[in-house]
Amino acid sequence: MLLNPAIMALIGVSAVVALLLLLAAGFAIQVMRHWDIGSGSELQLNLERRTYLISTILSYAFVAELVSLLLFVYNAEAMSTQFVGAMCATGVLNVDPWGWPTLFLKIAVFFAGGVWLILNRLDNQGYDYPLVRVKYALLLAIVPLVIAEAVVQAAYFLGLNPDVITSCCGSLFTPESEGVAAEVSSLPPRTAVTALYASAGLALLSGLATLWRRGAALLFAGSGLLAFMVALVAIVSYVALYVYEHPHHHCPFCILKSGHDFVGYYLYIPLFAATVLALGVGALAPWRRIPSLVTAAAVDIRRFTWLSLMGFVLFYAVATYAVVTSNLTMQGVWW
Amino acid sequence: MKKLILRQKYLIDFTLSSLKRRLAKNLGLLLVYTLIVFLLASVMLFTHSLRREAGIILESSPEIILQRLVAGRHDLMPAEYLDRIGRIRGVTRKAGRLWGYFYDPAVQANYTLMVPRDRDLGQQEVVIGAGIARTRGVDVGDFLTFRSSDGRAFSFRVVDILEADAELVNADLLLVSEGTYRDFFGIPADRFTDIVLQVRNPSEVRKVAEKLTVLLPDARPILREEILRTYDSIFSWRQGIVFVLLGGSILAFVIFAWDKASGLSAEEKREIGILKAIGWETSDVIRMKFWEGSIVSLTAFLLGFILAYLHVFYGQAALFEPVLKGWAVIYPSFNPTPFVDGLQVATLFFFTVFPYTVATIIPIWQASITDPDAVMR
Repeated sequence: MLLNPAIMALIGVSAVVALLLLLAAGFAIQVMRHWDIGSGSELQLNLERRTYLISTILSYAFVAELVSLLLFVYNAEAMSTQFVGAMCATGVLNVDPWGWPTLFLKIAVFFAGGVWLILNRLDNQGYDYPLVRVKYALLLAIVPLVIAEAVVQAAYFLGLNPDVITSCCGSLFTPESEGVAAEVSSLPPRTAVTALYASAGLALLSGLATLWRRGAALLFAGSGLLAFMVALVAIVSYVALYVYEHPHHHCPFCILKSGHDFVGYYLYIPLFAATVLALGVGALAPWRRIPSLVTAAAVDIRRFTWLSLMGFVLFYAVATYAVVTSNLTMQGVWW
Repeated sequence: MKKLILRQKYLIDFTLSSLKRRLAKNLGLLLVYTLIVFLLASVMLFTHSLRREAGIILESSPEIILQRLVAGRHDLMPAEYLDRIGRIRGVTRKAGRLWGYFYDPAVQANYTLMVPRDRDLGQQEVVIGAGIARTRGVDVGDFLTFRSSDGRAFSFRVVDILEADAELVNADLLLVSEGTYRDFFGIPADRFTDIVLQVRNPSEVRKVAEKLTVLLPDARPILREEILRTYDSIFSWRQGIVFVLLGGSILAFVIFAWDKASGLSAEEKREIGILKAIGWETSDVIRMKFWEGSIVSLTAFLLGFILAYLHVFYGQAALFEPVLKGWAVIYPSFNPTPFVDGLQVATLFFFTVFPYTVATIIPIWQASITDPDAVMR
C-alpha cells in the first residue's frame, strides 16, 4: 500500500461514513418497528426527534461521498506517475482488480444517496411523515452498498503495488483486446452516435411528458438511467475521440485534463446531476397521490424534472459542440 | 428560489451576530482549528512543491542513463561501449559523461564535480554552484585549491557562479574541463563515468533499455521515469508519515470540537429555547448551527491555508524543512514555485473540515431538540 494523504483521507472518509450509516440503520430498524404517528408516547416523540439527526447525518454523509468520488478520480489521475505503464487514471484503476468496482460502487452510492435525499425532502414537507417507512427501508438497502464501497476501496488501496506493470488507456480501450472496456470501445462510432441521440430524444421527450402528465415520471427515470449509460459508452467510443482529435484514443479520464480544456467536467457534471434528478423524480412519482403530499410532490416533480432536463440538454450540447468544433475529420471512414 | 436564498441570508446574519456575542469562546476554537489547517497545509504544499521541483529538473535530463556494474558495484564505463551500442532505432543522441564526487576537508562537505557538455573551460577554470560560493566565501575571480587523488594541489580560478534559481540541483556543483577532470581523478582517457541516451518517443524507452541489457550484459540502464516515480512515491510517503504523526493532533482537535459543541452554556440553551418558543423549528435550529459550523470552518480553513502558503513559499517552510527535505552541509536554499492544486485542497478538507463536521453533528442535534419549556422554566 502507498502511504499517501489522499488515500488515507479516502479510506478514513469511507470508514466514517459507513459507521454513520450503520448508526442510522440501527435507528431505521427501530422506526420501521415502532413508528406510529398517531401515538403520543415518549418512544414516538423520541423517534420523531431522532429523524432530524438521521436526515442531518445522511445529508452530510452523501455530500462527503460526492466529494470523495471526485477525490478518488482525481487521486487516481495524480498517482499515474507512480505506476509503470500508467499514464492516467485508467492505468491506476487497472493496477488492482478492485479499482473499477470501487469507482462503480462510488457512483452507485452517489445515485442512491441523491435519490434518498430527494425522497427525504418530499417526506419532510408532509405534516404526517407519510413516507417514513419507505424512506428508512430504502436507507437499509443503501447501507450494504456503502459498506461494500468502503471495503472494496480499502482492498483496492491495500492491494496497490507500484511494481505491477499496468496497462493504460491506450491498450485497455482498444478494440483488439478483451473485456468490457474493449467491448465498449469497439462499438462502431455510427452505432454509438445513433444510440446517444436516440437515448437523448427518449430522455428529453419523456421529461417533457412528465411535465405535462406526472404519470410519465417512471418512464423518465428509466430513460434517464438508460441515457446515462449510453452517454458513458458514447463518451468512450465516440465523443472522446473527437476531443483528443485522435481516432484511436478512447479514454474517459484524459478528457478531465487541462490539455483538453477540462471538457470532461462540462460533460460529467451535468450528466451526473441530470441522471440523479431524473431518478429522484421517478422515486417521487409513486407517492404523488398521498393527500398530505399532493401539492409538495407536484411542485418537486416539476422542479426536478426541469432541472434534470436542463442538465441533459447541457450535456448533449457540450458533447455535440466538442464533436462539431473538433479538427478530427472522419468523413469517408466512419460516416 | 429567491425566498430560499433570503432565508439563508437571514440565518447567516443571525448566526454571525450570535457568534459575535460569544467572541472569546469562538476565537479559541478558531485558533486551534486554524493551527491544525496550517500544520497540515504546510506539509502538503511543501512536499508537493518539492515533487514538482524534482519533476521540472528531471524534465530536461536524458531518458536513459547507462551504468557499468562490476561485481555489483558501479564502475567506470569503457569508451568502446559507445561503439558497441551502435545504432539503436529511436535513440536520438548518446554520449559519455564524466562526473564524480569530491570530499572537501576544509568545509567537511561533498562536492559534485562534472564536465559540462555545453561550455568550454580552460585548464584552470572552474564554475561553481551558489552553495559552494556561500560556504567557501568565494566569488568570481577568486581561487580555490583542492588536493587531487594523487596528492598534487590543483588551483582553480572561479570564472562563473551558477544561477541560484536551480539551486536544488546545482548548489554543490563544480564544473571543470575534461582534461582537468581526468588529471585530477586519474581517470584514463578511454573511460567515462556513465553513458546517457536520449530517446525521442517515451513509449520506446523501455524497449531501448531492453535492447541495451542484451547488448551490454554488465551494464544497468536507469530510466528517467523510474527516477521520477521514485521521487513521487518518496515524497508522498514522507508526507503520509507526517500526516500519521499529526493524526494525534487531529484526534485531539476532534475531541476539542465535540466538547465545545456539546458543552452549551446556560445562556446558549436559553437562546435556543427562546428561538423555539417564538416559532423556530428543530430543522431551523440545525440549519443555523450548520451555518455556524460552516462559517467557523471556512474562516479557519482559509486563514490556515493562507498562513501555510506564506510559510512555505515566502518563509522557506522553516518549521518542516529538516524533516521533509533532508539535511546536508551545503544545503541548497531555494524558494519553491508557488503552486496549489485541487487534489491537495480536497484532501486537506477531508483531514480538517470533515472530522470537525462529524464531531459536531450529534451535539448540534442535541442542542436543537431542546424543549423551550425545559430551559426557560
